[in-house]
Amino acid sequence: MSVLRLAYHYLRIGALNELQYRINFWLQLMQSAVALTVGLVGLSLVFYHTTDVAGWSRAELLAVMGVHILMGGLIGALIQPNMLRLMEDVKQGTLDFVLIKPVDAQALISVREIRLWRLVDVLVGMVVLGVALVQLGETLQLLALFAFGLALACGAVMIYSFWLILTSVAFWVIRVDDMINLFEGIYAAGRWPVGIYPAWLQGLLTFVVPVAFAVTVPAEALTARLDSSTLALACVLALLLFLLARLVWRTGLRRYGGASA
Amino acid sequence: MFDLYWTTARTAVMVQLQYRMANYFYMIGMIAEPIIYLVVWSTIAAAQGGEVGGYTPGAFAAYYIVWTLVRNMNIVFTPYGWEWRIKHGELSAALLRPVHPLHFDIAYFAGWKFVVILLWLPLAGLLALLFPPTLHPTWLEVVVFCVAIWGAYLIRTMFLWLLGMVTFWTTRVSALYELYFACELLLSGRLVPMALLPAWARELAWFLPFQWTFGFPIEALVGQLTPHELLLGLAMQLLWILVGLGLVQLVWRAGVRRYGAVGG
Repeated sequence: MSVLRLAYHYLRIGALNELQYRINFWLQLMQSAVALTVGLVGLSLVFYHTTDVAGWSRAELLAVMGVHILMGGLIGALIQPNMLRLMEDVKQGTLDFVLIKPVDAQALISVREIRLWRLVDVLVGMVVLGVALVQLGETLQLLALFAFGLALACGAVMIYSFWLILTSVAFWVIRVDDMINLFEGIYAAGRWPVGIYPAWLQGLLTFVVPVAFAVTVPAEALTARLDSSTLALACVLALLLFLLARLVWRTGLRRYGGASA
Repeated sequence: MFDLYWTTARTAVMVQLQYRMANYFYMIGMIAEPIIYLVVWSTIAAAQGGEVGGYTPGAFAAYYIVWTLVRNMNIVFTPYGWEWRIKHGELSAALLRPVHPLHFDIAYFAGWKFVVILLWLPLAGLLALLFPPTLHPTWLEVVVFCVAIWGAYLIRTMFLWLLGMVTFWTTRVSALYELYFACELLLSGRLVPMALLPAWARELAWFLPFQWTFGFPIEALVGQLTPHELLLGLAMQLLWILVGLGLVQLVWRAGVRRYGAVGG
């Protein structure tokens, strides 16, 4: 059975489940609106005092914000809920139910949950991005759009791999719930281009928590700042991180005791 | 009454000292936020020829490092907890006691604060190494700061209690809370020092309790407030504590009556 078809069915069932709770859509919309307003006010406050931040104009920073919201929506809808469920399963011993199924366990734990309404943020992010692009007044070339898509995909793979590594730590230390706070705090740093941070923090945001590749690099692709070597590096790193995550997951799995052990 | 406070606070200290790691993780997750603000505004200050709105990068560092302590002082019983309190019957148990449950919350979280302050010190040291602050407080400023953080704690306790008590009437509260927290973020000095807000926003903030819980305690230590402004700030804190207390009493009485009706 192809993994893709399996993923499709899981996500469809998850989505149908979420569709029962329509009111959550409005709550999410409200939440997204408040978050967007705060973000926009923050941006205007900055540009109330200056005309550019480390070489980024207002419209360009708006584009960064758009990517940040978009990627945050993807993480919140697809990646984080699966990882939280995995943590819970490891703690409770209910991961057994995944392991006895005849498909690759990593594929299965990655598609079990979806928070459909968080995808509102993907739409909000796209709208913000669209507005930013109009303000920039550049005609988008097909190539830039392609680079953007590729960079975004690489970023998503890196965040997924990072989360899987983090969650796999649960096999050793069980209690990792506090890490969510930590991740969300650090992800918030992606609201601004990583270039403005001091060098040690840039390193952290690039190679430890791949926020730079998830947000800044895609935004660079759209604002004509990206060179092809950075994009190539993103692809290579995404692949490496994915392989590393798989390795850590498998090593961790060997330590898993199961509910009855 | 003193015994109640003393015992509850001591219990809190002992409980929370057991969860040192969890407390630390929480604090570390929290410092990402001020570091982001600090970096953004330091960059702008540097680009503007060394200062923006009277703040140099060093002054921003001082502001946002003290911010981390004030933020921790601002943590009180969360309004989201009220739903749990009411649903799980916690409140019924609290109502059986001869003292107002507000006393328990104030005492417990105040005790917790001592653990938090203790854990905060090394973190502040580390931050000061990474982002050298410009900080030359006078003795008066230190004293006012030490009082003001507790004033901030009390104001926020009152207002989050008020917010939480909305749960007596409806449980669809998350949207309201989000809105409240957004206003608080923008108008309290948490996002940016009050001096960087446009004049109209500063005027608006004057009529709200937010800045006295966040901006004022920080500025008392790092800002150039005159002794007159320092005392005025403390007076405003006292005023808002009393206003909050009055409102809490009012809403609490109505709410408890309603709670009885639901349970009975």
